[in-house]
Amino acid sequence: MTWTWFHRLASPPYVYALAARLTPWFAWPAGLCILAGLWGGLVLAPPDYQQGDGFRILYVHAPSAWMSLMVYTTMAIAAAIGLVWRMKVAHAVAASCAPIGASFTFAALVTGALWGEPMWGTYWEWDPRLTSELVLLFLYLGYMGLRAGIEDPQRADRASAVLAVVGVVNVPIIHYSVTWWNSLHQAPSVMRLAKPAMPLAMLAPLLLMLLGFTLLFVALLLTRLRGEVLARERAASWIREVVSA
Amino acid sequence: MEEATRTVPAEPLEVENLQLWRGERHVLRGVHFALARGACLEVCGANGSGKTTLLRTLCGLIYPEEGRVLWNGENVQRDLRAFHAELAYLGHDPPLKSDLTARENLHYWIGIRQQLTAEDLTAALARVGALPFCERQVRTLSAGQRRRVALAGIALLAVPLWLLDEPTTNLDAEGRDLVADLICEQLARGGMVVAAVHHGLPPSVRNVTRLELAA
Amino acid sequence: MSGHESPAARALAPVATPVARSAQSAHAARPVSAGEAARLALLRDLQLAFRKRSQLAQPLAFFAMVTLLFPLAISPELSRLRELAPGVLWVGALLASLLALEFLFRDDAYDGTLEQYALSGQSLTALMFAKTLAHWLLTGLPLALMAPLAALSLGVAPAALPGIIVAVAVGSVTLSLIGSIGAALTLGIKRSGALLSLLTLPLSLPVLIFGARATQLAIHGAPFLAPLELLGALAVLGITLAPLAAAAAVRISLE
Repeated sequence: MTWTWFHRLASPPYVYALAARLTPWFAWPAGLCILAGLWGGLVLAPPDYQQGDGFRILYVHAPSAWMSLMVYTTMAIAAAIGLVWRMKVAHAVAASCAPIGASFTFAALVTGALWGEPMWGTYWEWDPRLTSELVLLFLYLGYMGLRAGIEDPQRADRASAVLAVVGVVNVPIIHYSVTWWNSLHQAPSVMRLAKPAMPLAMLAPLLLMLLGFTLLFVALLLTRLRGEVLARERAASWIREVVSA
Repeated sequence: MEEATRTVPAEPLEVENLQLWRGERHVLRGVHFALARGACLEVCGANGSGKTTLLRTLCGLIYPEEGRVLWNGENVQRDLRAFHAELAYLGHDPPLKSDLTARENLHYWIGIRQQLTAEDLTAALARVGALPFCERQVRTLSAGQRRRVALAGIALLAVPLWLLDEPTTNLDAEGRDLVADLICEQLARGGMVVAAVHHGLPPSVRNVTRLELAA
Repeated sequence: MSGHESPAARALAPVATPVARSAQSAHAARPVSAGEAARLALLRDLQLAFRKRSQLAQPLAFFAMVTLLFPLAISPELSRLRELAPGVLWVGALLASLLALEFLFRDDAYDGTLEQYALSGQSLTALMFAKTLAHWLLTGLPLALMAPLAALSLGVAPAALPGIIVAVAVGSVTLSLIGSIGAALTLGIKRSGALLSLLTLPLSLPVLIFGARATQLAIHGAPFLAPLELLGALAVLGITLAPLAAAAAVRISLE
């Protein structure tokens, strides 16, 4: 009984229609949350006692970094499902996740650098979090590069799925080793990006932004997914009915 | 020798409604057949009609979108390794390392699958007429000679199912007779052969069914 | 499109048929264990490598060249080079082992022997492990033995050399294992060198970090067991998981 919805999810036309219906339910709340979070973070929250107003970029940086990791995990799970159960739709989900995740990672790196300049006096510090983000960006680029390099679409799906699973196992290891490496060479004056317990006025907008980014990711994923499904199924008959409708 | 009696289908190899796409090409469109012991299936078709793809799907290397391959009543995907232990597959090009001699190639290629003695190797090489050149590196052999070495490997494997992709390529008339003899011996033992051929198997092979693949 | 069947080839219902083993084959098939199959695969790769001895030296020559680049590009002062030595050694080892990865599967995929491995009825994981072990014996281990020479040229004290050999030997095991996954995934892609590096290098970063740290401690005469143990842990994890992933990737490349 519970497997019927699982099997329905394997059908491209069903997923295409479902994604179209669900997208506005995620896009609008995402917009609201992000606007509310930005207002709360940029306007309402009090300035940090140490960094003044410069810390506010945290409201974009932290959710971006968090999402970059969450998207990679989602991508790996979708890829694993596609590998084990041979579901084309799962592979389409993984393919749709990659550019979104790479964009979040890039945003995290850029905002991290922008934050670094007023705080550390330099655009780039080999901070363990930023370094891990950079490695994550390369993992995304490798995934997308492998997909692009293999001509046969089914083989590209399955090979990149193996890569995603191998990558997700390695992400904690890489993060641990980078943190370990950084702790050896830590100069005491370097600003840490992780902050101790935040007052609610600062924390609430951050959580709102986090929620907003998550909803945004789902909305973007559903939109990309529809495009992926269209491209993959372009020879199928149900496409003609959808397009003419 | 013991006789083991168990219920097995009269046709150990059954293929049900195979459907396979390669990208956007619908390569296998409902291939359906059953093969009994001692029978040979000849797969015919023009270039690009999917003969090689069909053989590789039968091996389990390719997973069909629909349909199944059954071995002794069971879907081969359930235990691919056990299925592979009972088949021999010969692709377009003989699977030989050019830096090893013919004898060394067989020693590794077949030795990974079953215990071999030096006498076994010599006998097999003699059977296919490869003894004169079996100690030379494969890079120095002609295409026909390499194919003979590959056939020696197939002959060594004591397996019920042979899947041969264009087995007579590069062989002279004597070589083609050799292929026919080997196939006949395999069929006489109660084995099965599926062969993809361009021009048809030599007429000395009996009990042949033809399967035409449209391009 | 179904085939044209003759009555001989089609029965209407399964029938109980006695299977007479004596009529099966000219000689009985005596099976081979997975360990024996892996041993044969290992020996085959070693034998093949020794038939082409000149190719074996290439990664080592590359490693020597990379080591040479740094004094020329930075400074001939041994005191400065000694500080850089861990980085130079490990970056060189990493790049040299990347270079050697191409030989792991390419020839086998090209001549059809990899396909036969997948069809052998033996555990493809065990065969992949054997191939990777052969690769390490032919690349990683020689690199580890060459590293002392490179280290000496960078002003490292001889007392540090045993530690360097051990660190590079253990680290290169993981590098070969990770590399085998990348090499299997990029099979059949033309000009895959850059993509292979892009896939393999991020995954190899932990080895680089721990290995360089162990080398640095060894050079300063400090105890280097902690990072060495971490290197060992990575190697064990790699041995357990990498051949599985490589086997999966090989099967995907054969589809």
